[in-house]
Formats: sequence, structure tokens, C-alpha cells
Amino acid sequence: MVKNTPNAEGRSKERGPVFPFSAIVGQDEMRTALLIAAVDPAIGGVMVFGDRGTGKSTSVRGLAALLPMMSVVHGCPYNCDPEGDLSQCPVCCLDESGTQPRAVDTTPVPVVDLPLGATEDRVVGALDLERALTRGEKAFEPGLLARANRGFLYIDEVNLLEDHLVDLLLDVAASGVNVVEREGLSIRHPAKFVLIGSGNPEEGELRPQLLDRFGLSVEVSTPTDLRVRIDVVRRRDEFENDPAAYVAKWADDDAAVRQQLLRGKEMLHSVEVPDDILEQAAKLCISLGTDGLRGELTLMRAARALAALRGDSVVTLAHLREVAPSCLRHRLRRDPLDESGSTTRVERAMEEILGS
Amino acid sequence: MSEAPVNPPVHAHAAVESLGGGLATPWDEALLAVTLFAVDPVGCGGIRLHSMAGPVRDRWLAYLAASLPDDQPPRRIPIGISDDRLLGGLDLPATLKAGKPVARIGLLAESDGGVLLLSMAERVEPNVAARLAATLDTGEVLAEREGLTFRSPARLGIVALDESGEGDDPVAEGLSDRLAFQLDLRAISHRDAPESEPDADEIRAARALVSQVRVSDEQVQAAVLTAVSLGIASLRAPMQVLKVARCAAALDGRTEVDSDDMVAAVRMVLGPRATRIPEPPPPEEDEEDEPPPPPEDEPPPEEPEQQDDPPSLEDILLEAAKAAIPPGLLAQLQSAERQRRQSRAGKAGANAPTKGRGRPIGVRAGALRPGVRLNLIATLRTAAPWQTVRRRSLEANLTSGRELPPIMVRPEDFRITRFRKRKPTTTIFVVDASGSAAMARLAEAKGAVELLLAESYVRRDHVALVSFRGKEAEILLPPTRSLVRAKRSLSALPGGGGTPLAAGIHMATQVAESVSHHGETPVLVFLTDGRANVKLDGTGGRAQAHEEALRESRRILEHGFMAVMIDMGQRPDPKAAEIALAMGARYLPLPYADSRTISEAAKNAAGPLSGGAGSASGRSR
Repeated sequence: MVKNTPNAEGRSKERGPVFPFSAIVGQDEMRTALLIAAVDPAIGGVMVFGDRGTGKSTSVRGLAALLPMMSVVHGCPYNCDPEGDLSQCPVCCLDESGTQPRAVDTTPVPVVDLPLGATEDRVVGALDLERALTRGEKAFEPGLLARANRGFLYIDEVNLLEDHLVDLLLDVAASGVNVVEREGLSIRHPAKFVLIGSGNPEEGELRPQLLDRFGLSVEVSTPTDLRVRIDVVRRRDEFENDPAAYVAKWADDDAAVRQQLLRGKEMLHSVEVPDDILEQAAKLCISLGTDGLRGELTLMRAARALAALRGDSVVTLAHLREVAPSCLRHRLRRDPLDESGSTTRVERAMEEILGS
Repeated sequence: MSEAPVNPPVHAHAAVESLGGGLATPWDEALLAVTLFAVDPVGCGGIRLHSMAGPVRDRWLAYLAASLPDDQPPRRIPIGISDDRLLGGLDLPATLKAGKPVARIGLLAESDGGVLLLSMAERVEPNVAARLAATLDTGEVLAEREGLTFRSPARLGIVALDESGEGDDPVAEGLSDRLAFQLDLRAISHRDAPESEPDADEIRAARALVSQVRVSDEQVQAAVLTAVSLGIASLRAPMQVLKVARCAAALDGRTEVDSDDMVAAVRMVLGPRATRIPEPPPPEEDEEDEPPPPPEDEPPPEEPEQQDDPPSLEDILLEAAKAAIPPGLLAQLQSAERQRRQSRAGKAGANAPTKGRGRPIGVRAGALRPGVRLNLIATLRTAAPWQTVRRRSLEANLTSGRELPPIMVRPEDFRITRFRKRKPTTTIFVVDASGSAAMARLAEAKGAVELLLAESYVRRDHVALVSFRGKEAEILLPPTRSLVRAKRSLSALPGGGGTPLAAGIHMATQVAESVSHHGETPVLVFLTDGRANVKLDGTGGRAQAHEEALRESRRILEHGFMAVMIDMGQRPDPKAAEIALAMGARYLPLPYADSRTISEAAKNAAGPLSGGAGSASGRSR
């Protein structure tokens, strides 16, 4: 009954069909933010706030299903890029024997779920229990952070995560390296991932330190438009009746999004960011009093990624305007007594600085 | 389970029809919910059963057990279940015996295909509720625990036994939103709840059929429109209507949902969730004399393509749902909705672990520092699998003659017990918004409360707001940690009217009782001029009002709640001092204080309030 899989193979054990990303109705800001983070992982993750049942998890799982394939070094538990710097990887660097090309696998970009109640040893990795018991050997068994390398780490209900795990994740997400010291073993391995969190602010607020680490923050709400609501229910119903057929029906649309992603990734670094756009971004951040440079940097990157996604070679004010709320609303200095919501504050500032 | 005189088995679909005809009793309806749920527990998600323990609930549970397949009786989730038991973990004895890791699955995976009973659902920790919600969504348990990764199917339905009373928290919304049925047995007497037996064959047949039942596009639309008209924001509700309608059709052996099925489903799923009574399309009905206006952010239920002659499905469904809305609800709708929205605020984190004190809530790895408590069993458990490895590596460089200890425990094995946070403080502000002398100072009082709010926010305390004016007191804000809400309800606080001080104290005491019932420490801060002139029953009378206020105050003293009374009157009033004395509160006459002084005074007076040394950079307005 239990699939006892002490050696990480979570990815190969995919769930059944997931609701197609392209079939999600509305929630444009969230979907765009996820795609932006996929195009430029350096943006630093997405935090999705929203009511119950607004498709937060559905979107992330849908995104996972359409992500393009990537090349990894054969047999590397950390999904190392064969073209990349392998000296950081404890497995790949051992194999620096010859000049012959390494065997390469292609796998889907990983989207790793951090389930509620996960214990720390499974998140960071620990000694391989099976080998310790059966052979009395000390061997490192990579955890979720290893599996998420070069991919996504998804945490639903971030606000319910225990503080010590949150701290640990922040630390690794910021440094891109996971360090484990256990049983006299000392392991460092690359762990660069896009952190995606979701949560319902009514069930407890997120610590500001954690919030600030997310590049983008989006707010989703239940659609109020009747037509949209009917569409959501209808599509969900159709999917649940015959998931496989429904996924097949949307396969072309999902493939189109995948193409868009690939194209965006390709042209990302050739997208031009004009000086006056940078200047506007800086002005916007100054007027909002966002702490530090992180806001400005994220704003620039997100606008560039959006341009790349749309196939535009130059960032325009329109791009900037579209991404500004997601980039900045969680970075505003907390004024506990300000009446207006942070989204309104960003919009107000945009109107002032960028003109409407 | 059920003895001698038993009603004949209820023919389930007949019950569906009688529901439409308005012939069903509440008990019939409760049993019908069981039958429908038993057809597709996974699809329906579950039932929230609001009822105290007693014969009615026992009968209902027996009926539930009899409705489910014999090989899968409902199982109970005890309150305070550990992750280990819920999700599964390492089976240490088996692991050591087998010499390789053996997983023990948790209750969720064990119950795959069945039904779980969640005892005292209103007391369930937010993290347990979240795990249950995640399981309902994905139909499987994914656990990354103790060196094991396991994913096992857990397709199940949950019956949440809600025993909450007045003033208690409702069941976690994230969970109850996923349960199609909301039943309330509290009003049913055991005499009105005859024992009966379900028609097991019929349910079995329906279980086999339900996956083939289809709904039409019109029915999808009708479900969504009806939910909107009833002010139900969650999109899960209309989806549940469709699921339940399918179950009803399957019970009748059909693969197409008909309008009777929809009527029953809407009645059962949407009725109890309605947050407003829909406007009657033509003004014919005389029952609702003043339907509350629909919130402007939602488009009015437009009857698409008016075809007047046969009533559209939406209209039929709306009528059905309206019939299911309890009559008393109309009056309370607005306040009920407000409470629904606010009640859960800031609950997570209430059990943020701290060291050394409170209720143990689990175990985590950690270094041994002063103040932490080592959990010996958990530590040994952690160390056990590694003994061979350690022995081997140590034996290699062991100087001869020395012996290894029988058990080798390393610092990284240390497991320390986590405790529930020290009792958090909830500051209850009781603001006199009457038209008397307080009126002039209401702005200052608001300013002071805002400062204190900012302070509480920094320390992650909870705050609640009670105000009194005119004839009665009102809970503006139940205990919450959301500053934005507190701020919003405070600025919307109107002033004027008499001073029903007794009512204000009474309400504040109730809130304080509920707070302390939840293991938190209430601190009451009264901002008033102490000049009571309205009695508890809403009529005037200065002397009697004062007497009543004194009487209510003594209850605070009896409870021993910490309290501060800040006299906002133009001149200090002996009556206010008398009331403060009666409740055992610090009395602070602040005739000429501004908001900052009031806030400083309150901070100094109530011990716990002064805890946060770094004061917030609030500003008075």
C-alpha cells in the first residue's frame, strides 16, 4: 500500500492528470507572475495571497505540468546542468576524470511540493537510512532542496510552516547552496530554486522578513464576474468527469504557453531596458519608500521578463506598469495606520510618477 | 447499533422528492444528507455536523456507519493528533527488526476510500486542519518525514463534529469550505429523531453509478447563479451542489441530473451558507419586508434571457434555498456575515513554539541550550537506526582495551520538546462612544487605541474592540491580530447617544471570558467617562444604570481579569472611580490628556502591555 521510496524519486511518481494551466480562467496577475518567475528565476520567487478556492495550488501544479524539459547530468541527484559549473556539485565534481562528454538526461523542470508536516531531515537531506541499516554505510541522501535545484519549490500555506523551516529555506534560497552537517558528513550542494508560496492572509500574516524575500507578490480573489464564475465551475466539472480527455483537449494551448516560455527564456538577455525606464522605476521606488535596492532590481527584471514573454525586444512603460504592483506591494514600509491597501498605494504612486 | 423498533428503511430518492415538496423534517433532511454523502464521500468532501454529543448525534452517527460499506466503518481522528499518526512516519521497531526502513502509514492513508470523523472540530489546530484540507484537495498523502518519502492514496470524506457553543471559534474555514454539507442538529429533540436504517442496497447501487452521472450546462449555470444570489463567495459551493445533485440522481438510478436533484442539492449545500436573502425578482412576496441590499461589488443576479412563463431553474433553486434558510437568520444576516469574515483572523501562529513553557506540541531537532527540554524517547528513536554505522566507524579507530558505550548518541540526535507559546495576551478595548462628555474625546480615544494597536501589532498580541453607545454594546471586532481590520472598524466607529455602560462592561466580560477560555490572557482597557445613563434593557435612568454598571463590574473582579479604566471625562468623576474600584481596575483620570498620554498610561497600567520595550513608531491623529 505504501510506496516506500527512501531514495528520492518523487518526481517520477507523478500524480494523475492535473488541471491544465491554460484552462485556468482569469487570475491573470498570478499566471503572469508565475511565468515571469519561470522565465527569469533570478527574480526570486512568487508569493500568492488569496482566498480559499481561487486556484492557487491549481495554477502551480498546472505550471509544473507544462514546463519545458531540461538537460541534466545523468545520475546526478542535484539536476546539474551539463553545460554549467559542476565544481559545486558533490557528485559531478568527483567525476572529473576524463574529457569524454558526460551522459546527459532530459527531465521536466522539477516542481517540488513541500508538504505540510515535512521534517527537516527530508527538506535538507540526511543520511541514507536504508544504506545505514542494511550496509552500515554512511551515505548522504539528498532531500527536497536537492530535488528542487534548477526548478521550483512550492509551499502551500506558507504561513503554517514552522519558523525553523522557514529560516532554513530563506537561507538556502538566498545563497543557492545547501550545507548539511550530519553524522560526520559534510555536504554542500547547489540548491537554486524559485520559491513559490501561497497562503491565506486571514489565517495569519507572514513574517515581513520572509515576505521580502519573495520577488513578486500577487493577490488573488474569487472572481466576481458571473460569466467567469460559471466558466470556472464548468471547466472544473468537465475536468473532473474525465481528467485525461480534458488535459488532451487543452494540450495545444498548454504547448503554446510552453513555447512562449522557451522563447521568453531565449530572448531574455537580449531585451533592452532603456535608461528612462530605469529612471522611472527608481523614481517609483523612491516615492513609495521601498527599503533597499531589491525592489528596483526586481522591477527591472520583472519588466524585462515580461517583455521577453510578450516577444518585445524593448521594455516599455506599459511593461513596467503591469509588473509594478506585484514587484512592490509587499515591500512598502509597513505603516500600520495607513488606511489604504498596499496595492492602492502602488497604484497611486504609479499614477503620480508614470502618469496614467 | 440499533435495536428493536426501527422505522422501515427510507427510500432515499423518495426523501429527495419530499424535500422538494417541503414535507421533510429537519431530521429527515439530516439523514438524507448522510445518504447523499455515502454515495460519494470523496466528491462531497464531507459534512460539518453542528451538534453537542448526545442521543441525537449518536443516532445520526449510527445511521452514517450503517450507510457506509461494511468493510469501511468511519474512523475517528482524535483531537491533538500528531503528524506522526496523521501522516505516517518511520516504524522504528519494524525498521530495526527488518534492518531496513519500514514506513508506518498514518490515519489518512489508512482511511483511503473511507470516512474520517473529526472530533471537536472547532478545537482542531490550524495545521491539522490544513493537512486535512490538503488531503481533501489532492486525494493523497504526500509525506516527507523521518528519512522517508511516501505518497499514498487517501481519497476520503471527513465528518467534522462541531461542538462549538456561543462565543467559540467556528471550525477552520479552510476545512469547512471543502465540506459540502453543513448540518445543525442542535434544535432537534431526540423524540423527533426516530431511529431508522438506510437502504444499503440502494446506496451501493448509487455508488457504482455516480461517476457516470452528468449535469447539463444549464444546471452548472444555475448552481453558480444561485450561489451568487445567496451571497456565497466561494466557488467550491456551486461545485459541491453539482456533486450532491449527482449523488441524488444516482440514488434514483439515473445518469442525468434532474431539477429535483438540483433543488435538493441547492437546499442542502447552499441554504446553510447563505449570507443574504436574494432580492425577490418581482415584488410579490411579502415575507421579507426589507431584504438587505446586495453588496455593490457583486453584480445583481441577472436573470439571463428572461423567459417568464415557466420559472427558470435558477428561480426554482433560489426558492428551494430560501426555504432552507432558517427563519431567524434574516435579522442576523449582516452581523453573522461580519463575524464569519472576522472570526478566524490571526489564528495561525497562536501556537508558535517557544521553549520551556506551555503545552507540548511536538518535537524538533535542536541543540541543548538552557531552558529547552530534551525529549529522551524521541532522541533515542532518532539515534537507534544509526548505531551500526557509528559502531563501525568508531571501532576502526578505537584504541584497544576501550569499549564503546552500548548506545551512541550524538548531538544531532537531540530532540527537544516544543511547547505552545506562552499564553498570548488579548487586549480588549472597550470604547465609550456615547454622546456625553466622551463625545468630545472620542477622537483622542481612537488615537490612543490606534497607538496601542500598533504596539500590540509589534508584539503579535491579539486585540478586540467593544464599543457601546445608544442602547447597547457591540463587538466591533472579535479578537484578531489583523491590524488593518482593527483600524478599519475603529475608524468606522460612530459616536453619539446615551451611555449604556453596564451593557458595555457586560459585553467586554463575555469577550474576556471567551478569550480566557481559549487559554489566552485578556486585558481590558475601558475608555469612558463613567457616566452611565442607559440601563441594560435599553431604557434610561441614571441611578439605576450606575448600579447595574457596578454590578457588571464586580464580575470582572470575580474573574480576576486585568483591567484599566481611563476616565475620558472633562473632569474626573467619582462615579467612574467607583466603577473602576468595583472591577478592580487601575483608575486613570485623564481629563486633559491627548492620545499619546492615554496610550502611555494604558501601557503602564496593564502589566503585559508594557512588555514590548521598543515602542512602535505610531503617530496620533
